Amino acid sequence: MWSILLSSNTQWVLLSTMILGIAAGMVGCIAYFKRQNLMSDALSHAALPGVVIAFILFAEKQLYVLIIGAAVSALCGALFIQAVSTSTRISEDASMGMVLAVFYGLGIMLLTIANRMVSGNQSGLVSFIYGQAAAMVRSDMYTMILLALAVVFILFLLLKEWKVYLFDGGFAKGIGLSVRGMDLLYIGILVTTIVIGIQAVGVILMAALMITPAVSARYWTKTFAMMLLLSALFGGISGAVGTLITALWSGLPTGPFIVVVASSLFIFSLLFGKEKGIVLRFIEQSRQRKTIEAREVG
Amino acid sequence: MSYAGWIIFTASLVGFSCGLIGVFLILRKTAMMADAISHTVLLGIVVAFLITGELSGVYMVIGGIVAGIVTTYLVQLLRSLDVQHDASMGIVFTTLFAIGVILIATKAGNAHLDVQHALMGEITFIPFHTTTLPFIGDVPVAVVLLAVISVVVLLLIVVFYKEWKLTSFDPALAASLGIPVTLMHYLFMSLVSVTTVASFDAVGAIMVVAMLITPAAAAYLWTDRLAVMLVLSSSFGIFSAVIGYYIAQWLDTSISGSMAFATGIVFIISFLFAPTHGIVQKYLFVKRETTTS
Repeated sequence: MWSILLSSNTQWVLLSTMILGIAAGMVGCIAYFKRQNLMSDALSHAALPGVVIAFILFAEKQLYVLIIGAAVSALCGALFIQAVSTSTRISEDASMGMVLAVFYGLGIMLLTIANRMVSGNQSGLVSFIYGQAAAMVRSDMYTMILLALAVVFILFLLLKEWKVYLFDGGFAKGIGLSVRGMDLLYIGILVTTIVIGIQAVGVILMAALMITPAVSARYWTKTFAMMLLLSALFGGISGAVGTLITALWSGLPTGPFIVVVASSLFIFSLLFGKEKGIVLRFIEQSRQRKTIEAREVG
Repeated sequence: MSYAGWIIFTASLVGFSCGLIGVFLILRKTAMMADAISHTVLLGIVVAFLITGELSGVYMVIGGIVAGIVTTYLVQLLRSLDVQHDASMGIVFTTLFAIGVILIATKAGNAHLDVQHALMGEITFIPFHTTTLPFIGDVPVAVVLLAVISVVVLLLIVVFYKEWKLTSFDPALAASLGIPVTLMHYLFMSLVSVTTVASFDAVGAIMVVAMLITPAAAAYLWTDRLAVMLVLSSSFGIFSAVIGYYIAQWLDTSISGSMAFATGIVFIISFLFAPTHGIVQKYLFVKRETTTS
């Protein structure tokens, strides 16, 4: 059983899901403060038609080809969400829901057609969509790790700019920071993280990897930089532990286990977190009650 | 009725009931709850299957309703603990869905229950599972279930029309008038889950989301009156179901995928050409104004 862990392939899978978790956790913090937590859910579904079209056009399951297709179609989804929610009275969450369902429907249509056209090769595509980290080949992992590291690098390098962009729009204008440029960069790293994550955890559960670590991190700190670090840590742990579990008992889907680990970390943070954790809040309240009672008696 | 007839009829019932429910989802600005519930229903169905050992309609519906209410409750709970609303939806539904997938993979792997089926549905098999009703004859089980639920949804909307209207547009006023707003919220979310469960087996989770959100959003661009919006939305739902079926026949592809896509076509047309809220109209209006001034 432990020999599986020592095999170099498992180690590579572990490394790539861990770095994916780190990148997703960090990008999730930005999405959290932009109040666009479910954007990742909508865009990961919106990537499906692009993946299938890229697959039909090039008739091969090269990860970078599929990633380009996914990115183009996710960007179309993002543009559509923005167009509908800014130019009509339909709320942003309704436009996200529409993009999610309609793009996914289109993707399923195309997938059915692709399965008919390209025989025998379809099983790979299905595991791409539902997430099977164990099915990844070495070159896919290199691509994933490289792109995830690029995302992490951009976040660290522009830490000050992100802060200004998220918390003080007026000041950003004052110092000549292009908000539009930061918007584009944000969508860019969001889409990149989503499309590289799809293969490991699947379209549906990709959102969890973005949302859950960021919310958990909020229970431990008040500063943005610390939250980024903690969220990266939680994301990385979820990716690694989830993969470890599925590596030990083969045949299980990776994505769900990564999500369950992330959710357990969330529940732990919710209960015992330093900032507004339930237990601490409860202790604080009862202490206050006691002092008040004591004062009344005295 | 013919094979194709039953499929179109089933999908139209889904379009009708989802179209009605969807109106309130859009107006209450909780559209993504549809996405959340349509995924967590999977866990309810799996648990119902593990407890009873059979995949029958009744247990599935009960399991699905329970899952829907649990989802609503957990989302509200996290919200009351200062978690952002959309983040709490995201955390709750992905967790419950993940548990559902794990249970299927470990415990119910050989049963007639898999994730792909749940997401895309098996509408092509609907006409084969029939039951015999008095006076009508052989009717597919899914049609009976969906027809009952469509009637229930329609009845509840008609009977509590004023209450729905008030709680959707002005919850504070509704509360001050003594309408139980929280109870109405849970009743509504149960309706969403019942509709989702019933549609689930036929058309799959993703198409339920499409049918719940898109026709209602399209109808929202055409009118400012709730009653008109309800009629339009349910008609758009039925229309998308029919169009989607023929698109699927034409391209020989997934029926539920095509129906979801058809709702998108209806929306795009509304987005472009609807009066006052459509893009074209807005553009013309702005142009006319600039030329006159």
